[in-house]
Amino acid sequence: MTDTLFPAATGTMGQPERRYEAREKVTGSAAYASDVKLARTAHAYLVTSSIGRGRLQSFDLTAARALPGVIDILTHETIGDEIRQTPSIYGGGYMADTLRPLGSAEIAHWGQPVAMVVAETYEAAREAANLVVVSYAAEVAPVAGMGSSVATGQALDPMGFAVGDFDTAYRTANVTVDANYTTPAQHQNPMELFATQCVWEAGRLTVHEPSQYVNNVKFGLAAQLGLDPSRIRVISTYVGGAFGAKGFLTHRTALVAVAARRIGRPVKLVPTRAQGFTVSGYRAETRHHVQLAATQDGRLTALRHEGWEVTSRADTVAMGAVSMTARLYACPNITARVNVVAADRSTPGFMRAPGEMPYAFAMETALDELAHKLQMDPVALRRVNDTQTEPVGGLPYTSRSLMLCFDTAAAAFGWQGRPSEPATMRDGDWQVGWGCATAFYPTHAGNSAARVRLSADGRVHVESAGHELGQGMYTMMAQVAAEELGVPIAQVTVALGDTDLPPAVVAGGSSSTASVAPAIMAACDAIRRRLGIATGVPADVMPAMEASGLGTIEEFTEVRAHGTAPDSLRGLYRGMALPAGGVHLPDRVQFALGAQFVEVRVHRRTREIRVPRVIGAFAAGRIINPRTAHGQLVGGMIWGIGSALHEHSEIDTRNASYINANLADYLVPVNADVADVQAIMVEEEDRLVNRAGVKGVGEIGVVGVAAAISNAIFHATGIRVRDLPIRIEHLM
Amino acid sequence: MRPFQYLQPATLADVIVAQREAPSAVPATFLAGGTTLIDLMKLGVMQPERVVDLRLAGSDFAQIRFDGATLRLGAFARMAEVADHPVVAASFPVIAQSLSLAASPQLRNMATLGGNVLQRTRCAYFRDPTWAACNKRTPGSGCAAVDGANRQHAVLGTSSQCIATYHGDFAQALMALDASVVLGGPAGTRTIPFAALHRLPGNTPHVETTLHPGEIILDFVIPAGPWASRSLYLKIRDRQSYEYAVASAAVAVAMNGDVVADARIALGGLAAVPWRAHEAEAILRDAVLDEATATRAAEASFAAAVPQSHNAFKIALGRDTLVRALLQAASMEVRHD
Ligand SMILES: Cc1cc2nc3c(=O)[nH]c(=O)nc-3n(C[C@H](O)[C@H](O)[C@H](O)COP(=O)(O)OP(=O)(O)OC[C@H]3O[C@@H](n4cnc5c(N)ncnc54)[C@H](O)[C@@H]3O)c2cc1C
Ligand code: SF4
Repeated sequence: MTDTLFPAATGTMGQPERRYEAREKVTGSAAYASDVKLARTAHAYLVTSSIGRGRLQSFDLTAARALPGVIDILTHETIGDEIRQTPSIYGGGYMADTLRPLGSAEIAHWGQPVAMVVAETYEAAREAANLVVVSYAAEVAPVAGMGSSVATGQALDPMGFAVGDFDTAYRTANVTVDANYTTPAQHQNPMELFATQCVWEAGRLTVHEPSQYVNNVKFGLAAQLGLDPSRIRVISTYVGGAFGAKGFLTHRTALVAVAARRIGRPVKLVPTRAQGFTVSGYRAETRHHVQLAATQDGRLTALRHEGWEVTSRADTVAMGAVSMTARLYACPNITARVNVVAADRSTPGFMRAPGEMPYAFAMETALDELAHKLQMDPVALRRVNDTQTEPVGGLPYTSRSLMLCFDTAAAAFGWQGRPSEPATMRDGDWQVGWGCATAFYPTHAGNSAARVRLSADGRVHVESAGHELGQGMYTMMAQVAAEELGVPIAQVTVALGDTDLPPAVVAGGSSSTASVAPAIMAACDAIRRRLGIATGVPADVMPAMEASGLGTIEEFTEVRAHGTAPDSLRGLYRGMALPAGGVHLPDRVQFALGAQFVEVRVHRRTREIRVPRVIGAFAAGRIINPRTAHGQLVGGMIWGIGSALHEHSEIDTRNASYINANLADYLVPVNADVADVQAIMVEEEDRLVNRAGVKGVGEIGVVGVAAAISNAIFHATGIRVRDLPIRIEHLM
Repeated sequence: MRPFQYLQPATLADVIVAQREAPSAVPATFLAGGTTLIDLMKLGVMQPERVVDLRLAGSDFAQIRFDGATLRLGAFARMAEVADHPVVAASFPVIAQSLSLAASPQLRNMATLGGNVLQRTRCAYFRDPTWAACNKRTPGSGCAAVDGANRQHAVLGTSSQCIATYHGDFAQALMALDASVVLGGPAGTRTIPFAALHRLPGNTPHVETTLHPGEIILDFVIPAGPWASRSLYLKIRDRQSYEYAVASAAVAVAMNGDVVADARIALGGLAAVPWRAHEAEAILRDAVLDEATATRAAEASFAAAVPQSHNAFKIALGRDTLVRALLQAASMEVRHD
């Protein structure tokens, strides 16, 4: 942990403990959803729409049915009404979108499941799927995306706000910036595909599925299938990456459950990588109009950020992160607006730093443009506008260490002495540039419960239906219990990702640790209380345990997170524990903050862009495990490189399809693109955010990198690129 | 994947017998490393009725031999073996580089040289049979790429019927080095220039090579020459590894002091077939290799280029790539022994 400035902590928390499930993962014995072996499994394969808008006219299933090994074919005609229409999460339900799985002949988007074949083998199912002949009626061309239809966007008034008088301040300002930015559609592409296995036993359904919210799947399925939720169990012991794609119930789960019930056998579906592009939500393309005005010494006098986001016709989904970009810097006159453009596309959703990535790209690039106009150092510009009070509602930050992050990262980077003029640094044939940007992520937490059992032999078992997505949840929860009860971490076992466990929040919004750690701490309090030890502080409980003569003590606790509604604990038991916090609190704002610095090189002839160095410093409250936090932050920053230079779901407008829906053509950074990436954890204590003092590090690493890279490219070449991804042709 | 007949003959003679005894008139499809073929079979793009696995029969043609005058590369040698071979790396750097900059280590361990030169285009519309219009996949059906996403498509050698790029890297090295290719088939063995192996799309983009039915690539024969040691492969792409070229140049130059005695140039990622830049070579011959000549040569190579809606930048990028490659070759330290 050579790049960690975080001081060695004294307790178990704060130590770079080794990953709890490292051995299982390295040796391949960790069973992911599709690894679970069930007797007599039948295999399913999806048929998806090749048109972007229209109707199904007919199916010819003759050849597919005749193929040896084919057991069943589900279409909207054969499935009956086994799956009910239920609302999406945006309408108070559970689904990632509002379409009913195989619900009708209507085609709402390319890639929509239109049939599912079930067969004895995967190969037979795939072959039969290829033999299904689908006839479509596609009379109207689909609207593929934003196109030039920004004018027809629909304003989402509740997401807009204003303070002061932007127009006057902007009109009368000394220095202004007025620019438009765009970001493309992107897909999470977790390594692990969207597998689902369903098995029915005595009227009870067990679902094996990688999930960021097992209870969402459980209660959503119960609603879709008209079942008592107590008859459904969802298991997600390990998740091979999720990044928002596995947050909410998708069409596939009910289809697999219904198929398994129809044929009386377990059914397994593993949609292909290409199908994964429309199985779940994604980051929709965005456009931004930013206007800034400042005094000659850099103080912001007016700030306006308007965003447009693509959504589906079925659902209005917008990330609307103007709520954050407008609150980062002191400024008296602010206007913010959010619009959506409805397209014939699948419903967008959450992708790591969903709104923060695109909105930060726009705002933090605009600030760099302002710094350049002012002939001011970009770090100095942030310093002049630093504030401990957000400017929209005048609420205090619970803690804000932004400038400490900037100073720490700038020193580590060697920022001092950077020439302010662009296109002045060279190394042989490479133009060199340095850029920086602010990283931010709202601090969230949601209601969660946990059960902790202490045995007389000193073993501790922790249970919560939180989720291990690769971020280190098992390890951190073991650390929390070990420190609270004063036992060695090796004596702690942890169970996660199973609806039979005490319910927890969705693993979204970087809120898992901040939500589940306090529940474990509260359960440990309850154990201490039983033993007559002072609560609220870690203590070695074993002497008292021995004295008590008890064999085991088991405590279950639930914790309501700050900012959640008083009656929201009921939601915890109905798969509706969503994170609260960030900018949506009546009394304060909560953010983790950071500063990203990058060096880019652009070849003077062939214009390839390289990123030899990225250094980020982050203040995110308490770091429970610097090893896993480091993985999150560095991984996030690498995502940031991808968001700036590589990731782009390319759309053919004729049928609103993705034409690069595979990992050869959908580029993400490979090792060769990632040179020196350093994450520095700046010490920060925040006792307000939650009892664990944790702000979350899952997403902040992504935020700001794209702007820092575009700013560095400007510094290297003098060319300002306002559209992502930035590629060779932009610099020619 | 459609059911198909699978044969694995032990010798090349058996391969020919297996073909003669074939139940249908449809020629067999050969399987080598499978990294192109199996991929396209899973996508439903290639639907062979009979697959003849050459991995046993071809094992005699997997060697790398250099006798000082010619380099012989067996068509069944793996990309990785050839890329790592010390003689190839030292005496034919353009070959080693074109292979080691291609694909990923896993693919290079599987893929053979013969399969490599016959890899199919990455045109998204070719690879997805739900697009009806693709003259290469379904002759006469049209071309979905012309009005579609065609950033990766070709600017040289295209036709109104097909604008797909030939994406392979190794073939550019073979073009530049004047390689020939040894073919074996039912009618015996023949040797043709490598440049005669691929066919321009014209009106028949589905016919990609001049191979006779049932013919197998056995060997690549590359003459050594003063240009071979001063050779390199420059591959420009959006990420630093594991991506096809947006533009590439294979150059081999023999220098006489500052003056070019001989130059051989091929361009990748830009053309419908492996592409020799004869115009550029003519300009360079007997000229001083400096920025001005390199630029003139590069401009000449793209005089006939035709851009598509999303790839006009590739003409300028191709020029710049070639200039950079030539100047890099001129400044190479070359061992003379
Ligand atoms: C993700 C990905 C990335 C890639 N990136 C690159 C890249 O950057 N650069 C690059 O150059 N390539 C790249 N490739 C292509 C790869 O190099 C080729 O797939 C590979 O070289 C093909 O060799 P193979 O032995 O696997 O061929 P196969 O798939 O076995 O065969 C390919 C074709 O050649 C025929 N064939 C094979 N051998 C013979 C023979 N001896 N005689 C006659 N016919 C024969 C087969 O019938 C088939 O039609 C990439 C491939 C993938 C999947
Ligand atoms: S460019 Fe060629 S391969 Fe691509 S769609 Fe057109 S005809 Fe088919």
